[in-house]
Amino acid sequence: MKNKFESKKPESRSRWKNFPIKSDKDLVEIRAYGRKLAREIGFNSNDQTLIATALSEVCRNIIEYAGTGKIIIETAQGSSRGISITAHDHGPGIKDIEKALEEGFSTGRGMGIGLPGCRRIMDQFQINSQAGKGTVVSMHKWVDKNGY
Amino acid sequence: MRVPILQQGGYLIASVQSSLSDEELLQLRDDLVARVSTVRARGVVIDVTVLDVMDSFATRILRDIAQMIKLRGAPTVVVGIQPEVALAMVQLGLSLGNLETALDLEEGLTLLGEHTKAD
Repeated sequence: MKNKFESKKPESRSRWKNFPIKSDKDLVEIRAYGRKLAREIGFNSNDQTLIATALSEVCRNIIEYAGTGKIIIETAQGSSRGISITAHDHGPGIKDIEKALEEGFSTGRGMGIGLPGCRRIMDQFQINSQAGKGTVVSMHKWVDKNGY
Repeated sequence: MRVPILQQGGYLIASVQSSLSDEELLQLRDDLVARVSTVRARGVVIDVTVLDVMDSFATRILRDIAQMIKLRGAPTVVVGIQPEVALAMVQLGLSLGNLETALDLEEGLTLLGEHTKAD
């Protein structure tokens, strides 16, 4: 079992943390961490909440569709301060990404707002998925480009 | 931690004290539905002032709670949704449906008072 760890990359002064996701018990911690990090690099409280909520939704996606996975949270400082969230899983993959991004579409028990909602509240959003292999959702938000 | 449920007059007040795990939220649902019957509550207030995130699951469970309690014959009011949380919910497309809300506990109790008077 991998431990959660944190390290500093001196060249970019960025920070990153790898969260293994095993169950819905991980949600509370990852949301709190995401919010704290967002606050530290200068996001306002609205954006902190948006980021924490987006984290919660991608984390739920992993748990619901793949069971387990990991989420890497990374921050960039300097001229383009921001936060990157990458969610990885080895689940069944998303057959139709266009469809998965439609409002209200869900193959699970959710309300189908997870991924389209995340896309709307982050500045950048990308899904890579291969049937049978898994899914990587990457999203990014910048401090200085207000998304709303 | 279990969410404490207080009784005031004919009403139940569930006052969330910290971020809730899914399990704790489901526990709150079960506790409230059970308590409404045992104390014959005329209404329920759920105070979510301390919640700094309400995602799709939390929203769905709050709606479920209100629906279940309604089936037991009592109205539910959710109070204290923070402005940032409201903004995130709207941007994410989360809706509380017909669930009633009020600014704070006092307003919530007033609202319940109006409901039960009308009955």
